[in-house]
Amino acid sequence: MNDAAADMPAETQPPRRLRISVLRYNPAEPERAPRLQTYELEEADGMTLFIALNEIREIQDPSLQFDFVCRAGICGSCAMVINGRPGLACRTLTTQLPTKIALAPLPVFELIGDLSVNTGKWMRAMSERVETWVHAQETAQGADLDRAEARMEPEQAEAIYELDRCIECGCCVAACGTARMREDFVGAVAINKLARFRLDPRDLRDDGDFYELIGDDDGVFGCMTLLGCDDVCPKDLPLMTQLAYMRRKMAAAGWRGADGAAATPD
Amino acid sequence: MSRLRRSRLPARLDVTQTLSGVALALFIWGHTLFVSSILISKDAMWTVTRMFEGYFILGRPLPVLVSIAVAVVWALLLVHALLALRKFPASYRQYRAFREHRQAMRHADTHLWWWQVVTGFAMFFLASPHLYKMLTQPAAIGPYASGDDVWSGAWWPLYLLLAFSVQLHAGIGVYRAALKWGLPGGGDGARTRRRLRVLFGGITAVMLALGLLSLATYLRIGYEHRDRVGERYVPASVAAPEQP
Repeated sequence: MNDAAADMPAETQPPRRLRISVLRYNPAEPERAPRLQTYELEEADGMTLFIALNEIREIQDPSLQFDFVCRAGICGSCAMVINGRPGLACRTLTTQLPTKIALAPLPVFELIGDLSVNTGKWMRAMSERVETWVHAQETAQGADLDRAEARMEPEQAEAIYELDRCIECGCCVAACGTARMREDFVGAVAINKLARFRLDPRDLRDDGDFYELIGDDDGVFGCMTLLGCDDVCPKDLPLMTQLAYMRRKMAAAGWRGADGAAATPD
Repeated sequence: MSRLRRSRLPARLDVTQTLSGVALALFIWGHTLFVSSILISKDAMWTVTRMFEGYFILGRPLPVLVSIAVAVVWALLLVHALLALRKFPASYRQYRAFREHRQAMRHADTHLWWWQVVTGFAMFFLASPHLYKMLTQPAAIGPYASGDDVWSGAWWPLYLLLAFSVQLHAGIGVYRAALKWGLPGGGDGARTRRRLRVLFGGITAVMLALGLLSLATYLRIGYEHRDRVGERYVPASVAAPEQP
Protein backbone atom coordinates (compact mmCIF):
# COMPACT_ATOMS: atom_id res chain seq x y z
CA MET A 1 0.00 0.00 0.00
CA ASN A 2 1.45 3.40 -0.94
CA ASP A 3 1.65 6.40 1.40
CA ALA A 4 -1.20 8.28 -0.28
CA ALA A 5 -3.54 5.35 0.33
CA ALA A 6 -2.36 5.00 3.91
CA ASP A 7 -3.27 8.65 4.59
CA MET A 8 -6.84 8.23 3.35
CA PRO A 9 -9.65 7.59 5.87
CA ALA A 10 -10.38 3.88 6.25
CA GLU A 11 -13.80 4.03 4.55
CA THR A 12 -12.38 5.63 1.40
CA GLN A 13 -9.34 3.36 1.06
CA PRO A 14 -9.43 1.12 -1.97
CA PRO A 15 -9.91 -2.55 -1.04
CA ARG A 16 -6.75 -4.64 -0.90
CA ARG A 17 -5.98 -7.26 -3.54
CA LEU A 18 -5.33 -10.53 -1.77
CA ARG A 19 -3.04 -13.15 -3.25
CA ILE A 20 -3.93 -16.48 -1.75
CA SER A 21 -1.53 -19.33 -2.53
CA VAL A 22 -2.91 -22.78 -1.85
CA LEU A 23 -0.80 -25.93 -1.63
CA ARG A 24 -2.80 -28.27 -3.84
CA TYR A 25 -2.60 -32.01 -4.07
CA ASN A 26 -5.16 -34.73 -4.46
CA PRO A 27 -4.02 -38.20 -3.35
CA ALA A 28 -6.62 -39.66 -5.73
CA GLU A 29 -4.65 -38.11 -8.61
CA PRO A 30 -1.07 -39.11 -7.73
CA GLU A 31 0.09 -38.30 -11.27
CA ARG A 32 -0.38 -34.59 -10.53
CA ALA A 33 2.46 -33.43 -8.29
CA PRO A 34 1.81 -31.16 -5.29
CA ARG A 35 1.79 -27.55 -6.48
CA LEU A 36 1.13 -24.02 -5.31
CA GLN A 37 -1.78 -22.30 -6.99
CA THR A 38 -2.34 -18.60 -6.45
CA TYR A 39 -5.73 -16.92 -6.57
CA GLU A 40 -6.30 -13.18 -6.54
CA LEU A 41 -9.37 -11.52 -5.19
CA GLU A 42 -10.52 -8.24 -3.73
CA GLU A 43 -10.83 -8.00 0.02
CA ALA A 44 -14.33 -7.24 1.32
CA ASP A 45 -15.43 -5.78 4.66
CA GLY A 46 -15.38 -8.35 7.44
CA MET A 47 -13.97 -10.98 5.09
CA THR A 48 -12.77 -14.17 6.71
CA LEU A 49 -10.55 -16.71 5.02
CA PHE A 50 -13.57 -18.96 4.89
CA ILE A 51 -15.50 -16.33 2.89
CA ALA A 52 -12.50 -15.75 0.62
CA LEU A 53 -12.12 -19.48 -0.09
CA ASN A 54 -15.82 -19.80 -0.87
CA GLU A 55 -15.58 -16.90 -3.27
CA ILE A 56 -12.62 -18.55 -4.99
CA ARG A 57 -14.47 -21.84 -5.25
CA GLU A 58 -17.68 -20.24 -6.54
CA ILE A 59 -16.13 -17.84 -9.03
CA GLN A 60 -12.63 -18.99 -9.91
CA ASP A 61 -12.05 -22.68 -9.27
CA PRO A 62 -14.78 -25.15 -8.36
CA SER A 63 -12.16 -27.91 -8.00
CA LEU A 64 -10.61 -26.37 -4.86
CA GLN A 65 -11.18 -28.66 -1.90
CA PHE A 66 -11.63 -27.45 1.68
CA ASP A 67 -13.98 -28.29 4.54
CA PHE A 68 -16.48 -26.25 6.45
CA VAL A 69 -19.77 -26.76 8.25
CA CYS A 70 -20.63 -24.14 10.84
CA ARG A 71 -18.79 -20.97 9.73
CA ALA A 72 -18.63 -19.93 13.40
CA GLY A 73 -15.65 -21.71 15.02
CA ILE A 74 -17.79 -24.48 16.47
CA CYS A 75 -17.36 -27.48 14.18
CA GLY A 76 -13.57 -27.33 13.74
CA SER A 77 -13.76 -28.46 10.10
CA CYS A 78 -11.97 -25.54 8.44
CA ALA A 79 -8.65 -25.82 10.29
CA MET A 80 -5.68 -25.28 7.97
CA VAL A 81 -2.15 -23.92 8.05
CA ILE A 82 -2.38 -20.17 7.50
CA ASN A 83 0.96 -18.50 6.77
CA GLY A 84 2.74 -21.28 8.64
CA ARG A 85 0.45 -21.57 11.65
CA PRO A 86 -2.62 -23.73 12.15
CA GLY A 87 -5.90 -21.88 12.57
CA LEU A 88 -9.58 -21.90 11.65
CA ALA A 89 -10.39 -20.27 8.29
CA CYS A 90 -13.76 -19.10 9.57
CA ARG A 91 -12.22 -17.35 12.57
CA THR A 92 -9.42 -15.65 10.66
CA LEU A 93 -10.17 -12.18 9.32
CA THR A 94 -8.19 -11.39 6.19
CA THR A 95 -7.48 -7.95 7.68
CA GLN A 96 -5.29 -9.72 10.27
CA LEU A 97 -3.09 -11.05 7.47
CA PRO A 98 -0.76 -9.51 4.89
CA THR A 99 -2.00 -9.40 1.28
CA LYS A 100 0.04 -12.51 0.49
CA ILE A 101 -1.54 -15.48 2.21
CA ALA A 102 -0.18 -19.02 2.04
CA LEU A 103 -2.55 -21.86 2.85
CA ALA A 104 -1.67 -25.51 3.34
CA PRO A 105 -3.49 -28.54 4.72
CA LEU A 106 -2.90 -29.48 8.36
CA PRO A 107 0.07 -31.83 8.66
CA VAL A 108 -0.12 -35.08 10.68
CA PHE A 109 -3.66 -35.86 9.45
CA GLU A 110 -4.57 -37.92 6.39
CA LEU A 111 -4.92 -35.69 3.35
CA ILE A 112 -8.24 -35.88 1.51
CA GLY A 113 -7.35 -33.23 -1.06
CA ASP A 114 -5.99 -29.65 -1.15
CA LEU A 115 -6.92 -28.10 2.22
CA SER A 116 -9.21 -30.92 3.33
CA VAL A 117 -7.84 -33.43 5.85
CA ASN A 118 -9.40 -36.34 7.71
CA THR A 119 -9.15 -35.14 11.30
CA GLY A 120 -12.09 -37.38 12.21
CA LYS A 121 -10.12 -40.57 11.60
CA TRP A 122 -7.23 -39.39 13.79
CA MET A 123 -9.56 -38.12 16.54
CA ARG A 124 -11.50 -41.38 16.55
CA ALA A 125 -8.29 -43.37 17.01
CA MET A 126 -7.21 -40.98 19.77
CA SER A 127 -10.58 -41.33 21.52
CA GLU A 128 -10.39 -45.10 21.44
CA ARG A 129 -6.78 -45.08 22.59
CA VAL A 130 -7.30 -42.92 25.68
CA GLU A 131 -10.96 -43.89 26.20
CA THR A 132 -12.51 -40.45 26.17
CA TRP A 133 -15.83 -41.35 27.69
CA VAL A 134 -17.25 -41.48 31.19
CA HIS A 135 -16.36 -44.79 32.81
CA ALA A 136 -19.32 -45.16 35.16
CA GLN A 137 -20.24 -48.03 37.44
CA GLU A 138 -22.43 -50.42 35.52
CA THR A 139 -24.75 -53.04 36.92
CA ALA A 140 -24.71 -56.64 35.75
CA GLN A 141 -27.50 -55.68 33.34
CA GLY A 142 -25.52 -52.76 31.94
CA ALA A 143 -25.88 -49.05 32.63
CA ASP A 144 -28.95 -48.04 34.65
CA LEU A 145 -30.59 -45.55 32.33
CA ASP A 146 -33.61 -44.96 34.61
CA ARG A 147 -31.65 -43.65 37.55
CA ALA A 148 -31.51 -39.85 37.91
CA GLU A 149 -28.03 -38.42 37.57
CA ALA A 150 -26.37 -37.20 40.74
CA ARG A 151 -26.34 -33.44 41.20
CA MET A 152 -23.16 -31.53 40.48
CA GLU A 153 -22.00 -28.22 41.91
CA PRO A 154 -22.23 -25.44 39.29
CA GLU A 155 -18.52 -24.64 39.77
CA GLN A 156 -17.64 -28.25 39.05
CA ALA A 157 -19.85 -28.33 35.96
CA GLU A 158 -18.24 -25.08 34.80
CA ALA A 159 -14.75 -26.47 35.28
CA ILE A 160 -15.64 -29.57 33.25
CA TYR A 161 -17.32 -27.48 30.56
CA GLU A 162 -14.28 -25.23 30.30
CA LEU A 163 -12.22 -28.22 29.10
CA ASP A 164 -15.12 -29.78 27.20
CA ARG A 165 -15.17 -26.84 24.76
CA CYS A 166 -12.59 -28.64 22.58
CA ILE A 167 -13.88 -28.90 19.01
CA GLU A 168 -11.26 -31.44 17.85
CA CYS A 169 -10.15 -29.16 15.03
CA GLY A 170 -6.62 -30.60 15.11
CA CYS A 171 -4.82 -27.25 15.36
CA CYS A 172 -3.03 -28.24 18.59
CA VAL A 173 -1.71 -31.42 17.00
CA ALA A 174 -0.57 -29.67 13.83
CA ALA A 175 1.16 -26.97 15.92
CA CYS A 176 2.99 -29.54 18.04
CA GLY A 177 6.65 -30.10 17.21
CA THR A 178 6.59 -33.34 19.19
CA ALA A 179 3.65 -34.70 17.19
CA ARG A 180 5.40 -33.71 13.96
CA MET A 181 8.49 -35.72 14.98
CA ARG A 182 6.78 -38.64 16.70
CA GLU A 183 3.58 -39.87 15.16
CA ASP A 184 2.61 -41.94 18.22
CA PHE A 185 2.46 -38.91 20.52
CA VAL A 186 -1.11 -38.53 21.86
CA GLY A 187 -1.20 -34.74 21.57
CA ALA A 188 -2.64 -31.99 23.74
CA VAL A 189 -6.19 -32.80 22.64
CA ALA A 190 -6.02 -36.23 24.31
CA ILE A 191 -4.36 -35.03 27.49
CA ASN A 192 -6.90 -32.20 27.82
CA LYS A 193 -9.72 -34.70 27.40
CA LEU A 194 -8.38 -36.91 30.17
CA ALA A 195 -8.02 -33.81 32.37
CA ARG A 196 -11.71 -33.21 31.68
CA PHE A 197 -12.74 -36.77 32.61
CA ARG A 198 -10.53 -36.64 35.68
CA LEU A 199 -12.66 -33.74 36.91
CA ASP A 200 -15.92 -35.55 36.21
CA PRO A 201 -17.32 -37.19 39.37
CA ARG A 202 -19.28 -39.65 37.20
CA ASP A 203 -16.03 -41.06 35.84
CA LEU A 204 -14.76 -43.65 38.30
CA ARG A 205 -11.24 -43.88 36.90
CA ASP A 206 -8.40 -42.83 39.19
CA ASP A 207 -4.91 -41.58 38.40
CA GLY A 208 -3.63 -45.14 38.17
CA ASP A 209 -6.11 -45.79 35.37
CA PHE A 210 -5.13 -42.61 33.57
CA TYR A 211 -1.46 -43.54 34.00
CA GLU A 212 -2.17 -46.74 32.10
CA LEU A 213 -3.35 -44.61 29.18
CA ILE A 214 -0.87 -41.72 29.04
CA GLY A 215 1.92 -42.58 31.52
CA ASP A 216 4.73 -42.97 29.01
CA ASP A 217 6.81 -41.10 26.44
CA ASP A 218 4.05 -41.36 23.85
CA GLY A 219 1.74 -39.81 26.43
CA VAL A 220 2.11 -36.95 28.84
CA PHE A 221 5.86 -37.48 29.42
CA GLY A 222 6.50 -37.15 25.69
CA CYS A 223 5.25 -33.56 25.75
CA MET A 224 8.25 -31.26 25.34
CA THR A 225 6.36 -28.10 26.34
CA LEU A 226 6.84 -26.33 23.03
CA LEU A 227 3.39 -24.83 23.68
CA GLY A 228 2.41 -24.43 20.03
CA CYS A 229 -0.86 -26.07 21.11
CA ASP A 230 -1.63 -23.43 23.71
CA ASP A 231 -0.78 -20.60 21.34
CA VAL A 232 -2.90 -21.71 18.38
CA CYS A 233 -5.96 -23.24 20.10
CA PRO A 234 -8.91 -21.40 18.50
CA LYS A 235 -11.00 -22.03 21.62
CA ASP A 236 -8.33 -20.65 23.96
CA LEU A 237 -8.32 -23.82 26.02
CA PRO A 238 -5.85 -23.62 28.93
CA LEU A 239 -3.69 -26.35 27.41
CA MET A 240 -0.42 -25.30 29.05
CA THR A 241 -1.89 -25.49 32.54
CA GLN A 242 -3.74 -28.73 31.82
CA LEU A 243 -0.64 -30.41 30.39
CA ALA A 244 1.36 -29.35 33.46
CA TYR A 245 -1.44 -30.50 35.76
CA MET A 246 -1.70 -33.95 34.17
CA ARG A 247 2.08 -34.25 34.11
CA ARG A 248 2.20 -33.65 37.86
CA LYS A 249 -0.60 -36.11 38.55
CA MET A 250 0.86 -38.79 36.29
CA ALA A 251 4.36 -38.29 37.69
CA ALA A 252 2.97 -38.71 41.21
CA ALA A 253 0.98 -41.79 40.18
CA GLY A 254 3.98 -43.30 38.44
CA TRP A 255 6.48 -42.43 41.14
CA ARG A 256 4.47 -43.83 44.00
CA GLY A 257 2.33 -46.35 42.22
CA ALA A 258 -1.40 -45.63 42.14
CA ASP A 259 -3.03 -44.88 45.50
CA GLY A 260 0.41 -44.71 47.03
CA ALA A 261 0.72 -48.49 46.83
CA ALA A 262 3.94 -50.08 45.67
CA ALA A 263 3.62 -51.23 42.08
CA THR A 264 4.63 -54.81 42.54
CA PRO A 265 3.70 -57.45 40.02
CA ASP A 266 0.78 -59.56 41.20
CA MET B 1 -7.23 -49.69 40.79
CA SER B 2 -4.35 -50.14 43.13
CA ARG B 3 -1.65 -51.68 40.97
CA LEU B 4 0.08 -50.18 37.98
CA ARG B 5 0.49 -52.60 35.13
CA ARG B 6 2.41 -50.08 33.07
CA SER B 7 6.05 -49.37 33.90
CA ARG B 8 6.69 -46.62 36.41
CA LEU B 9 9.98 -45.83 34.71
CA PRO B 10 8.74 -43.09 32.33
CA ALA B 11 7.45 -41.06 35.30
CA ARG B 12 10.71 -41.45 37.16
CA LEU B 13 12.84 -40.62 34.13
CA ASP B 14 10.79 -37.52 33.42
CA VAL B 15 11.06 -36.23 36.99
CA THR B 16 14.77 -37.06 37.13
CA GLN B 17 15.42 -35.21 33.88
CA THR B 18 13.88 -32.04 35.27
CA LEU B 19 15.46 -32.35 38.74
CA SER B 20 18.94 -33.01 37.37
CA GLY B 21 18.55 -30.11 34.93
CA VAL B 22 17.38 -27.66 37.58
CA ALA B 23 20.19 -28.78 39.93
CA LEU B 24 22.75 -28.21 37.17
CA ALA B 25 21.27 -24.80 36.36
CA LEU B 26 21.46 -23.75 40.02
CA PHE B 27 25.02 -25.02 40.10
CA ILE B 28 26.02 -23.06 37.01
CA TRP B 29 24.46 -19.85 38.31
CA GLY B 30 26.37 -20.28 41.56
CA HIS B 31 29.52 -21.14 39.59
CA THR B 32 29.14 -17.96 37.54
CA LEU B 33 28.78 -15.82 40.66
CA PHE B 34 31.85 -17.40 42.28
CA VAL B 35 33.96 -17.10 39.13
CA SER B 36 32.96 -13.46 38.76
CA SER B 37 34.48 -12.70 42.15
CA ILE B 38 37.50 -11.80 39.99
CA LEU B 39 35.53 -8.68 39.02
CA ILE B 40 35.80 -7.52 42.63
CA SER B 41 39.49 -8.27 43.12
CA LYS B 42 42.13 -10.98 42.88
CA ASP B 43 41.94 -11.32 46.66
CA ALA B 44 38.18 -11.98 46.48
CA MET B 45 38.67 -14.71 43.87
CA TRP B 46 41.53 -16.23 45.89
CA THR B 47 39.29 -16.30 48.97
CA VAL B 48 36.46 -18.03 47.09
CA THR B 49 38.89 -20.61 45.70
CA ARG B 50 40.40 -21.33 49.09
CA MET B 51 36.92 -21.56 50.62
CA PHE B 52 36.00 -24.43 48.30
CA GLU B 53 39.29 -26.13 49.10
CA GLY B 54 38.27 -26.12 52.77
CA TYR B 55 41.13 -23.77 53.70
CA PHE B 56 39.14 -21.75 56.22
CA ILE B 57 37.86 -24.84 58.05
CA LEU B 58 40.78 -27.22 57.78
CA GLY B 59 43.49 -24.58 57.95
CA ARG B 60 45.10 -25.85 54.76
CA PRO B 61 43.87 -26.19 51.16
CA LEU B 62 42.52 -29.58 50.18
CA PRO B 63 41.96 -29.43 46.40
CA VAL B 64 40.59 -32.97 46.34
CA LEU B 65 37.36 -31.45 47.69
CA VAL B 66 37.06 -29.64 44.37
CA SER B 67 37.65 -32.90 42.52
CA ILE B 68 34.84 -34.54 44.49
CA ALA B 69 32.45 -31.70 43.65
CA VAL B 70 33.45 -31.92 39.98
CA ALA B 71 32.82 -35.67 40.00
CA VAL B 72 29.33 -35.11 41.41
CA VAL B 73 28.54 -32.44 38.81
CA TRP B 74 29.87 -34.63 36.02
CA ALA B 75 27.74 -37.55 37.17
CA LEU B 76 24.70 -35.29 37.28
CA LEU B 77 25.52 -34.02 33.80
CA LEU B 78 25.83 -37.58 32.52
CA VAL B 79 22.41 -38.51 33.91
CA HIS B 80 20.83 -35.34 32.55
CA ALA B 81 22.42 -35.73 29.11
CA LEU B 82 21.36 -39.36 28.87
CA LEU B 83 17.76 -38.52 29.74
CA ALA B 84 17.60 -35.41 27.56
CA LEU B 85 19.06 -37.34 24.63
CA ARG B 86 15.75 -39.22 24.41
CA LYS B 87 14.10 -36.01 23.21
CA PHE B 88 16.56 -35.26 20.40
CA PRO B 89 15.42 -35.97 16.85
CA ALA B 90 16.35 -39.64 16.43
CA SER B 91 16.54 -39.73 12.64
CA TYR B 92 16.87 -37.50 9.62
CA ARG B 93 13.14 -37.84 9.03
CA GLN B 94 12.39 -36.52 12.50
CA TYR B 95 14.96 -33.77 12.16
CA ARG B 96 13.52 -32.63 8.84
CA ALA B 97 9.95 -32.73 10.15
CA PHE B 98 10.91 -30.58 13.11
CA ARG B 99 12.94 -28.15 11.01
CA GLU B 100 10.07 -27.62 8.58
CA HIS B 101 7.70 -27.14 11.49
CA ARG B 102 9.98 -24.70 13.29
CA GLN B 103 10.61 -22.60 10.20
CA ALA B 104 6.93 -22.45 9.27
CA MET B 105 5.56 -21.79 12.75
CA ARG B 106 8.00 -18.98 13.70
CA HIS B 107 6.98 -19.69 17.28
CA ALA B 108 9.08 -18.50 20.23
CA ASP B 109 8.86 -21.54 22.51
CA THR B 110 9.44 -23.95 19.63
CA HIS B 111 12.60 -22.00 18.75
CA LEU B 112 13.68 -22.00 22.39
CA TRP B 113 13.50 -25.79 22.57
CA TRP B 114 15.63 -26.04 19.46
CA TRP B 115 18.25 -23.77 21.03
CA GLN B 116 18.29 -26.12 23.99
CA VAL B 117 19.00 -29.03 21.66
CA VAL B 118 21.81 -27.11 19.93
CA THR B 119 23.42 -25.84 23.15
CA GLY B 120 22.95 -29.20 24.88
CA PHE B 121 24.66 -30.98 22.00
CA ALA B 122 27.49 -28.43 22.03
CA MET B 123 28.07 -29.02 25.73
CA PHE B 124 28.78 -32.72 25.24
CA PHE B 125 32.05 -31.48 23.76
CA LEU B 126 32.56 -28.12 25.44
CA ALA B 127 31.88 -29.10 29.04
CA SER B 128 33.85 -32.35 29.08
CA PRO B 129 37.38 -30.90 28.61
CA HIS B 130 36.68 -28.28 31.26
CA LEU B 131 35.37 -30.85 33.72
CA TYR B 132 38.27 -33.19 33.07
CA LYS B 133 40.76 -30.41 33.74
CA MET B 134 39.02 -29.39 36.97
CA LEU B 135 38.81 -33.01 38.07
CA THR B 136 42.48 -33.79 37.47
CA GLN B 137 44.05 -30.42 38.29
CA PRO B 138 41.87 -29.01 41.07
CA ALA B 139 44.74 -27.05 42.58
CA ALA B 140 45.22 -25.04 39.39
CA ILE B 141 42.42 -22.62 40.17
CA GLY B 142 43.18 -19.08 41.26
CA PRO B 143 43.63 -15.55 39.93
CA TYR B 144 46.95 -16.28 38.22
CA ALA B 145 46.42 -19.99 37.57
CA SER B 146 43.06 -19.42 35.86
CA GLY B 147 44.38 -16.37 34.01
CA ASP B 148 47.31 -18.44 32.74
CA ASP B 149 44.93 -21.19 31.60
CA VAL B 150 42.68 -18.78 29.77
CA TRP B 151 45.48 -16.90 28.00
CA SER B 152 48.65 -18.98 27.88
CA GLY B 153 46.77 -22.29 27.89
CA ALA B 154 44.50 -20.99 25.12
CA TRP B 155 41.35 -22.16 26.87
CA TRP B 156 39.48 -18.92 26.17
CA PRO B 157 37.83 -19.93 22.87
CA LEU B 158 36.38 -23.00 24.58
CA TYR B 159 35.22 -20.96 27.59
CA LEU B 160 33.69 -18.34 25.32
CA LEU B 161 31.57 -20.93 23.50
CA LEU B 162 30.83 -22.72 26.77
CA ALA B 163 29.64 -19.50 28.43
CA PHE B 164 27.04 -18.89 25.72
CA SER B 165 25.96 -22.54 25.59
CA VAL B 166 25.65 -23.11 29.30
CA GLN B 167 23.89 -19.84 30.15
CA LEU B 168 21.38 -20.13 27.33
CA HIS B 169 20.75 -23.79 28.12
CA ALA B 170 20.30 -23.14 31.84
CA GLY B 171 18.06 -20.09 31.46
CA ILE B 172 15.84 -21.62 28.79
CA GLY B 173 15.82 -24.93 30.64
CA VAL B 174 14.58 -23.63 33.97
CA TYR B 175 11.99 -21.44 32.21
CA ARG B 176 10.73 -24.48 30.32
CA ALA B 177 10.79 -26.66 33.43
CA ALA B 178 8.57 -24.11 35.20
CA LEU B 179 6.07 -24.25 32.33
CA LYS B 180 6.34 -28.00 32.00
CA TRP B 181 5.38 -28.70 35.58
CA GLY B 182 3.33 -25.56 36.21
CA LEU B 183 3.66 -23.15 39.05
CA PRO B 184 1.31 -23.33 42.02
CA GLY B 185 -1.60 -20.92 41.73
CA GLY B 186 -0.77 -20.15 38.10
CA GLY B 187 -4.27 -19.14 36.98
CA ASP B 188 -3.54 -16.99 33.95
CA GLY B 189 -1.21 -19.08 31.81
CA ALA B 190 -0.29 -16.33 29.37
CA ARG B 191 0.60 -13.89 32.14
CA THR B 192 2.65 -16.54 33.99
CA ARG B 193 4.55 -17.19 30.80
CA ARG B 194 5.28 -13.51 30.14
CA ARG B 195 6.57 -13.05 33.68
CA LEU B 196 8.71 -16.17 33.54
CA ARG B 197 10.22 -15.00 30.25
CA VAL B 198 11.17 -11.66 31.76
CA LEU B 199 12.53 -13.33 34.90
CA PHE B 200 14.65 -15.99 33.20
CA GLY B 201 15.59 -13.73 30.29
CA GLY B 202 16.92 -11.30 32.89
CA ILE B 203 18.78 -13.96 34.85
CA THR B 204 20.34 -15.31 31.65
CA ALA B 205 21.43 -11.85 30.50
CA VAL B 206 22.98 -11.01 33.88
CA MET B 207 24.74 -14.38 34.15
CA LEU B 208 26.04 -14.17 30.60
CA ALA B 209 27.30 -10.63 31.17
CA LEU B 210 29.06 -11.69 34.40
CA GLY B 211 30.56 -14.73 32.68
CA LEU B 212 31.88 -12.76 29.71
CA LEU B 213 33.22 -9.92 31.86
CA SER B 214 34.96 -12.46 34.07
CA LEU B 215 36.45 -14.22 31.06
CA ALA B 216 37.72 -10.87 29.75
CA THR B 217 39.26 -10.16 33.14
CA TYR B 218 41.03 -13.55 33.29
CA LEU B 219 42.25 -12.90 29.76
CA ARG B 220 43.76 -9.60 30.83
CA ILE B 221 45.33 -11.12 33.94
CA GLY B 222 46.68 -14.05 31.93
CA TYR B 223 48.11 -11.72 29.29
CA GLU B 224 49.85 -9.57 31.89
CA HIS B 225 51.10 -12.71 33.62
CA ARG B 226 52.23 -14.46 30.43
CA ASP B 227 55.93 -14.32 31.33
CA ARG B 228 55.42 -15.87 34.76
CA VAL B 229 53.15 -18.80 33.92
CA GLY B 230 52.91 -21.24 36.81
CA GLU B 231 53.39 -18.66 39.53
CA ARG B 232 50.52 -18.71 42.02
CA TYR B 233 48.78 -15.68 43.42
CA VAL B 234 49.31 -14.96 47.11
CA PRO B 235 47.29 -12.17 48.69
CA ALA B 236 49.26 -9.42 50.41
CA SER B 237 47.57 -10.22 53.71
CA VAL B 238 48.87 -13.79 53.57
CA ALA B 239 52.26 -12.92 52.15
CA ALA B 240 52.91 -9.94 54.45
CA PRO B 241 53.75 -11.83 57.66
CA GLU B 242 56.44 -13.69 55.75
CA GLN B 243 58.02 -10.46 54.56
CA PRO B 244 61.18 -9.55 56.48
